Order: sequence, then structure tokens, then C-alpha cells
Amino acid sequence: MPSTGAVLIKLQDLARSYGQGSATVNALRGVSLDIAEGEFVAIMGPSGSGKSTCMNIMGCLDTPTGGHFYFRGLDVGALSNDQRALLRRHYIGFVFQGYNLLPRTSAIENVELPLIYRQMGARERRALALNAMRQVGLAGWENHAPNELSGGQQQRVAIARAIVTAPALLLADEPTGNLDTARSLEIMNLLIHLNRSEGITIVMVTHEPDMAAFAQRIVRFKDGEIETDQLNSKAA
Amino acid sequence: MFLETILLAFRAIRRNALRSTLTALGIIIGVAAVTALVTIGNGTTQSVVSGVSRLGSNLLSVRSGEPGGAPGSARSTARPFNAADAAAIADQIGGVKAVAPIASAKVTSVVGNENWETSVAGTLNTYFEAGQWTLASGRLFTDGELHAGNPVCVVGETVRQHLFGKSDPIGQALRLQRIPCTVIGLLASKGAGAFGMDQDDIVIIPLRAFQRRIAGNVDVDFINVAARADTATAKVKRDVENLLRERRRIGTGQRDDFSVFDMTEISSTLSNITTVLTGLLSAVAAVSLLVGGIGIMNIMLVSVTERTREIGIRLAIGALRRQVLAQFLVEAVVLSLFGGLIGVAIGLSVAAAMAGWLNVPFVFEPTVVVGSFVFSGLVGVLFGYFPARRAANLNPIDALRHE
Repeated sequence: MPSTGAVLIKLQDLARSYGQGSATVNALRGVSLDIAEGEFVAIMGPSGSGKSTCMNIMGCLDTPTGGHFYFRGLDVGALSNDQRALLRRHYIGFVFQGYNLLPRTSAIENVELPLIYRQMGARERRALALNAMRQVGLAGWENHAPNELSGGQQQRVAIARAIVTAPALLLADEPTGNLDTARSLEIMNLLIHLNRSEGITIVMVTHEPDMAAFAQRIVRFKDGEIETDQLNSKAA
Repeated sequence: MFLETILLAFRAIRRNALRSTLTALGIIIGVAAVTALVTIGNGTTQSVVSGVSRLGSNLLSVRSGEPGGAPGSARSTARPFNAADAAAIADQIGGVKAVAPIASAKVTSVVGNENWETSVAGTLNTYFEAGQWTLASGRLFTDGELHAGNPVCVVGETVRQHLFGKSDPIGQALRLQRIPCTVIGLLASKGAGAFGMDQDDIVIIPLRAFQRRIAGNVDVDFINVAARADTATAKVKRDVENLLRERRRIGTGQRDDFSVFDMTEISSTLSNITTVLTGLLSAVAAVSLLVGGIGIMNIMLVSVTERTREIGIRLAIGALRRQVLAQFLVEAVVLSLFGGLIGVAIGLSVAAAMAGWLNVPFVFEPTVVVGSFVFSGLVGVLFGYFPARRAANLNPIDALRHE
């Protein structure tokens, strides 16, 4: 699905530094980037290029030390801790490289987790979670604990957990980093499907060009700045 | 949401069942100790108070010998009283209900093949009134018997059991040393006294019979004085002291060679002592509760470290800091309340067993149970707060990366 044009994320001269004085590390030094609703953007770059820092800020987990980050026009840097938590709760889903599922907790309960914080009733929660499990192709695996699932299945559970709230933005941090090529392709196809049919904006950090090739747009970071930002003509 | 938090806490506790149980053990032992000690202490206090009141309320006991000895201690060599002293107290002091001169000795009493070493008291009918005795069967002494010193006796329940078994003692003969004596009455049982002695282990005969046939003198060893209910025992005690000093010609500045014990006063003193002891022991036990609380804090800190990633995930998907705080706080409180519940159960069982063992009544007091329970909950809040706050203040980015 092509982007609808409305800007979801606007980074304006974004800077983030850590430490003080001579020990200051500038992870981001003036990044400006617009991401429209419905886009599928891959962020690439070597370690230390600032792509993870940028992801953390877009995920409202971190705040910039300079510039602005607007989420649907809202200046996130000015929000309180709790307000950012609510923003994450209602608009953002996370997928991590290491899956980050709760151990010794069944797949369906992992998927239900974000809904618990939305104070949703148990029955409605279960229905939405079952639906999300179906969407990621894991119907029938609901009662398995993460350690009973393969890596690919765990990542699908993690994706189900991210989309169960119908988020505006899905942030995927090296989602295929721990998977072999076949599983990786399955995950990428799932993400593409979610992007197209559900209209979920996806921002994915990866250092695998094969995976980045699935995205409509590839942004490369280098030394805390955007090196290139190009549309991907090869995207399916 | 609150229900979810509690369910979550239960799940986390069950996930580490062994560790949770060991953690709760500190609280269990603390609460059990407090509950058991307070319950036993209350039982002891009650037993002491009721023991003293069974001796007779408003009762003064006058004994020869200098003040300072405890009642029941060996009598000193001080001058004994005589029947006239008792009569003078009855005649000259207001507010007195009954005055009983008593002479007593340990004597072997024999019925058939059975013999039993018991204390024999020679006294008057006022003895029964002063000591609030009632008869189970038979009758008291007649004036004629008292006057003539006839060999008749009223026996206590313990004596009856040992000497007469199942048969009715009334009208039967009893030998005190070599003196045959007819049983005319049986006292209703009073049980153990305040100092643990068996009040029912007694044979009572007329004072004159005792003096003439057993003691061979006219001495009175002590005098029981019952004050009327509307009279302050302290005043009666003062009057008795003054009268006896006069009769025994003790000059000003000289020490008394007798002492007057106020049983009501002794009762309240004893119950104060047991209350203080109970409080003291409970305070010691409460310290172990605090130690148990520190155990909870320790384990919660370990748990927070172990579950750093989980906390990171929860924060990332939109949990507020206060929700994470509540999660860990509730977990600590549930753990300590669980410990408190088991501790109360164990404490009460131990107290019930000990009450049987120590022969004190088992006094169930709801405030003790509720108090221990609430206290263990407070311990949970107190010691759970710090680890919970630590969990809530984790940086989600670092927490997610935590190995």
C-alpha cells in the first residue's frame, strides 16, 4: 500500500548525546527525517552509526537532547514519562532481535500482555489475542511457552504481541537477526503483509541488505547522521 | 487492573514456589512466635487472675513473721496468733465480713488401706465464707461441734478422690494420724490456686479439735479476713495492722512481726507481671518478623534483577512506572500476608498444644490474629517498597538489553 502522505513521524534536526564534558558521545548529530503513514522504512548503518538511538527515540523510550521528534504532530520531547508510556501503549508496537517474550508464560498470555495495560476485559482480550495469533500464522500454538517454540515462531509471537493493539507504528529492531534465511524470509513476508493489508507503518533496523530490500525506502546512517535516504525501486 | 495485579503476583510467586516458601518462612516464624507467645501469655494472665480470685476476693491473709515473705512460704519463728486475735479483728474492725483463724499442718490421713498426705486446717465456719467455698454435699460444722472440738471434718475434692474413690465420703470415717474423724461435708472443687498449689487438697476440722488433738497448743497460724464488698481492702488492711500491733505490743518504730497480704493487690501485681512478660516476649518475637521482612526485601531485589528484561518489556509496551511499582509491591505484600496466614495458623496450634502442656487456658483473641496479620502486611509494604521502586525506575532501554 503506498503511503497516504500524512506524516506520522517527523524528526527535525534531532540530536542525542550521552555523557558530559570531554566524555560526551554524540550518537545523533542533527537528523531530519519524515516518515509518512503506511510507509515501510528500513534503517541501515554500521554499529555506532546512531540507528538504534534513533529507533529508541522514535519508540518514545528515549528523549532527544536537541531538535524535535513529532509523532503525529505531537512534540514527544516535551512529554512526561507517563505520557510517553501511554503513547507507546496506544500507538507503538515493538519487535526485538531477541524476541523478548516473557519466559514461562504461554504464547497467548504474552500476546495479551499489552491489552492488560489497556484495562481490557478478559474475554475481549482473549479474542483479540487469538486473532493476532491467527494473523501471524500461529493458530493452535497459543498454550505453548516460548521455550517450546522455534526462533521463528517466537518472533511471530512477538509480532502478534506488537500488532494486537493495532498500532500506528511498528518498530522492528533487527527482527531477523537471530534467524536463518528461510525463517527470515517468512518474517519479512509477514511484515510486508501487515504493512500492506493493515496499513501499519513499519520502521525496521537491519544490517542485512537482503532484508532491507523488502522495504520501500532505505535510510542509511553513518556517524550519527543520515548518509543516504532513497526509495527502493526493487521493493515488491 | 487491581485483580490482574494480584493474579500476576500469585503467578510470579508460584513460578518460584520453593524460593517463595523459604522467603515467607521468616514471616511465618515471626508471626507464629508472636501469636503463640501472646496467646499463651494471655492464658497465663487469666489463669493467675482467676486463681487468685478463687482464693476469695477482698481477702486479706494475716500471717506471723516479718513482712517480705511470700504467702505460702515457711512460717518464721515469730509469735503465733490465737483465737482471741481473730475475735478481736471481727469485733473491733468495721467493714469486715468474715474472720477465720486457721491452724494447719501436714498430716497423713488414712481410710482403710489408702493413705494420703494432706494439709489439715483447723478453723471455724467463717473460713468457708472468707474463702468463698461452697459445699458439694454434706454440711458445715455446728456450733456445738466447734465449741466442743468434735472430731468431724469437711474434705476437699482431691482428698475425696484419693481416699474414698467412687464411694460417698459423707458419714465415713477418716483417720488423721491416730484420730478417727467423721466426714460431714465435701467441698466443691476450686482447682489450682494462683501459685499452682491444689486448693482441693485439704481436710478441714474445727479449730479446737485441731489445737487439742493434733497441735497440742492454742496457736493460730494465720487469720483470713474477708472485707465486705463495699469496703476498701486497703483500709481494712491498715486497721488490722494497727490492731495487731497494739495487741502484740509492738512499739512505734519497731517492725511488725506479722504481715497482712491483700490478695486483690497480689492478683493485680501478678497479672501486671505476666502482662509485661508477655509484651516483652512478643517484642522479641516481633524482631524476628522484621528479620523476615528483610528476607523478603532481599528476595524481591534478586527477583527484580532477575526479571529486569521482563520489566523492560512491560515498560516498552506501555506499562506506567506506578503499575510496575504496584506489581512488585503487591507481590511482596501477597508473599508476606501468605506467610502471616500460615504463621497465625501455626502460632495458634502451638499455643493450643502448649496451653494443654502448661495447664493454662487457651485464650483465643481475635485482635492478636488480626494484629499479626496486619503487621505482616505492613512488613510486606515496608520491605517491598524499595525493591519495587527500583523496578519501576529502571530505564526501559537498558532493561531490554539486560542479559
